[in-house]
Amino acid sequence: MATSSITETTQFLTFILADEVFAVDIGRVKEVLEYTQLTKVPRTPKFMCGVINLRGSVVPVMDMRLKFNMSQLERTVNTCIIIIEVTVGENKTVLGAMADSVKEVMSLDPDQIDPPPKIGAKLRTDFIRGMGKQGDHFIIILDTDKVFSAEELEQVMDMRNGGMPEAAA
Amino acid sequence: MAVEIDTSAFTEEAYELLSELEDSLLELEERPTDIELISRVFRAMHTIKGSGAMFGFDEVAKFTHEVETVFDMARSGSLPVTKALIDLTLAARDQIRSILDASRGGPPANQDNANRIIAGLRALAPQKGGAAAVESKAAAPKAETDGPHVFRVRFEPRPEIFSSGTNPLLLLNELRDMGQCRVVALTNALPSLEDLDPERCYTQWEIFLTTTQGENAIRDVFIFVEDDCTLNVRLLDRDEAQEDAEPKKLGEILLERGDINEEALGKALTPLGDRLVNAGVVSADKVRAALTEQRVVQEQKQQQSKAAEVDAVVRVPSTKLDKLVNLVGELVTVQARLNQISGRLNNQHLQLVSEEIERLTGELRDNTMSIRMLAIGSTFNKFKRLVRDLSTELGKQIELTTAGADTELDKTVIDQLNDPLVHIIRNSIDHGIEKPDVRALTGKPLVGQIHLSAVHSGTSVLIQVKDDGKGLDPQLLRRKAVEKGLLSPDAVLSDPEAFMLIFGAGFSTAEKITNVSGRGVGMDVVRKSIESLRGTIDVQSQLGIGTTITLKLPLTLAIIEGLLVGVNHDYFVLPLAAVEECVELSPQDIANSHGRRIVNVRGEIVPFIRVRERFAMEGERPVIEQIVIANVDGRRVGFGVDTVVGQHQTVIKNLGDSFQYSDEFSGATILGDGTVALLLDLARMVRYVELQETKETGG
Repeated sequence: MATSSITETTQFLTFILADEVFAVDIGRVKEVLEYTQLTKVPRTPKFMCGVINLRGSVVPVMDMRLKFNMSQLERTVNTCIIIIEVTVGENKTVLGAMADSVKEVMSLDPDQIDPPPKIGAKLRTDFIRGMGKQGDHFIIILDTDKVFSAEELEQVMDMRNGGMPEAAA
Repeated sequence: MAVEIDTSAFTEEAYELLSELEDSLLELEERPTDIELISRVFRAMHTIKGSGAMFGFDEVAKFTHEVETVFDMARSGSLPVTKALIDLTLAARDQIRSILDASRGGPPANQDNANRIIAGLRALAPQKGGAAAVESKAAAPKAETDGPHVFRVRFEPRPEIFSSGTNPLLLLNELRDMGQCRVVALTNALPSLEDLDPERCYTQWEIFLTTTQGENAIRDVFIFVEDDCTLNVRLLDRDEAQEDAEPKKLGEILLERGDINEEALGKALTPLGDRLVNAGVVSADKVRAALTEQRVVQEQKQQQSKAAEVDAVVRVPSTKLDKLVNLVGELVTVQARLNQISGRLNNQHLQLVSEEIERLTGELRDNTMSIRMLAIGSTFNKFKRLVRDLSTELGKQIELTTAGADTELDKTVIDQLNDPLVHIIRNSIDHGIEKPDVRALTGKPLVGQIHLSAVHSGTSVLIQVKDDGKGLDPQLLRRKAVEKGLLSPDAVLSDPEAFMLIFGAGFSTAEKITNVSGRGVGMDVVRKSIESLRGTIDVQSQLGIGTTITLKLPLTLAIIEGLLVGVNHDYFVLPLAAVEECVELSPQDIANSHGRRIVNVRGEIVPFIRVRERFAMEGERPVIEQIVIANVDGRRVGFGVDTVVGQHQTVIKNLGDSFQYSDEFSGATILGDGTVALLLDLARMVRYVELQETKETGG
């Protein structure tokens, strides 16, 4: 358990959520978009902020702040949508992750990455692939497949039969 | 890599041939004497064998060869087509399939099984087995050319033939039964009327017979008159080299037949036909006969090229087709945008172009969609085998009839329809149709009927599975559901609602679990797959008379006509096919209904759902609301929206797994301005609202 699951030098795209730096494997990132008009899908959890038209395909977008139980922020000029390819179940699908801003593309060697901490991360540990270090800062490397996994979406199910979902109000 | 592609081409073709083989075998079971069917079976096997060997599938080739050998006997008539033969050949077909599956990485084929089939087939062959096998092997090279052959039969009876009681016309009729036949009478020996002796036969015949049978079969017809006639049977050589060549010239034919010599032909060559006759070289009859021969050979060739035309279907991977559909979808979206812009700019030239593009896009869309449309018949055919095997296994007599096999449906729908139909039909066979003795007691015909039909109805297709079995017992269904804890004991259900219980997960009325059904899984699968296709299920049943299950499916999953409506700043699309009318709801109407969501349409009370309330959307209701009245599962239900924008070509985009639980939307579409609108699944919305209201009113 002394090492994380990352064994070779990998490039990451880092982004900011409430002053914290998060990272995703650049191989999974298809593109980064400016914030555009979203179409809300009613009766979905609050973190599902809607769908966008990405050159003809409909792509769902999640607000990462809400997903990680942070407070919602007004959209700014820096707000962006990171288009990520994830594997949900057996299917590859494309999702948008809304972040406060994107920072940079950086390389991290395996020895710069620690395994996820058991406690204290304020995040479900299985969402984290590892903790990168850059100077004094920590970078939380996300396991995108886990974050957007099918089970995560199951909580939507309860809202189906009757009852107004509090999220859609 | 190239080899890879080649073998996949073979396996694809082989799978197709196997399903054709299955169809032919099942048909053959109904009409065991149909020569054409036997040949079809033989041809399919022969092709599998041939191309199997060519592509290195030696196991397939070897096994198929054994089966083919036996079937060749059936073809030559020395082995009758029996149920046993068909059973074995069907088993052999499955074996070939499993060999093929194994080559594609499936489980290895069972060699014992193969040996058993071959042993069974050999046992079927007539006792002179060895000799027959040799004979058929000897015949094999001739059969290499496949398909029917053209024979020229020259039948010259002796004039005294009538005295032996022979009627030559009967012989000719016998030949006619063997295949396509053309007879030319040669009457040049006919004397003038005063010299004619009516008890003598002056006529000779030339017959062109297109048949799958061999020369011996033809000679057999004349076996009793052998001594009273001169018989000349010739296979008209149509070998490979000549297939591409022109049919023979008249002169060549006459020459070859020895009717004229080369010198005479040379003399008459420039002016042919009539001139030949005039020149007295040959009689008019002979020319006529030769012309007939030319025609027969030509027709034969034409038919072959016709068959080749049918084969000239382009096989395209479905991924390419999907891509095409996606592109057309995008084009439709872009076109909508162009329309919007040209409407706003009010430029006549731009509008002209835009309208032209609109027309083209529409045609392109319809064409692309039609490429994806397939006849449902191929799916129907699969069930013949299922019914046959299962009914034998369960000791029931069942006949499957089908109608509307040429009904066309989107490929995706057809692909996903197979499993649900299998479950429904299995259920009908296992639970529906009674055993023959029970049927006899209730006065039903011993043979049960399952009728499978498909018919277009607007933008939907109705697929019906109807059986004349024992029907569903609503009381029993209720009791079972309560027993299984799927239903509360005091629930009140109408009969149709009780029938729908069979689609619940874990529901089964079977007392014991058989390997056919009874686990309560199948019908649940049906419901799920039909719902994922945005279809609906309807069950009708009468106890003791039968059950009818109707699946209503959308024609296509890709592009539909929709009605675009607005609520707040968001847009939704309703399937236009369901929409019946739009009415306005004034404040006066709202006051009259005392807060109930009911609208009075020309005296008819129609309940409605406010989309804004249902989806908890923000914003104020406009003073005058629009109610779109739609037909949802046979009932009229209104949907309250702010504005009705109009008709919209809806390219349906999947919302993806992230929204798999938001099933009140059957998809999304992209509007002209690039924003996304959600497509409402009206039936589900109504169902959920009903559930919710039942809960709220404590029902």
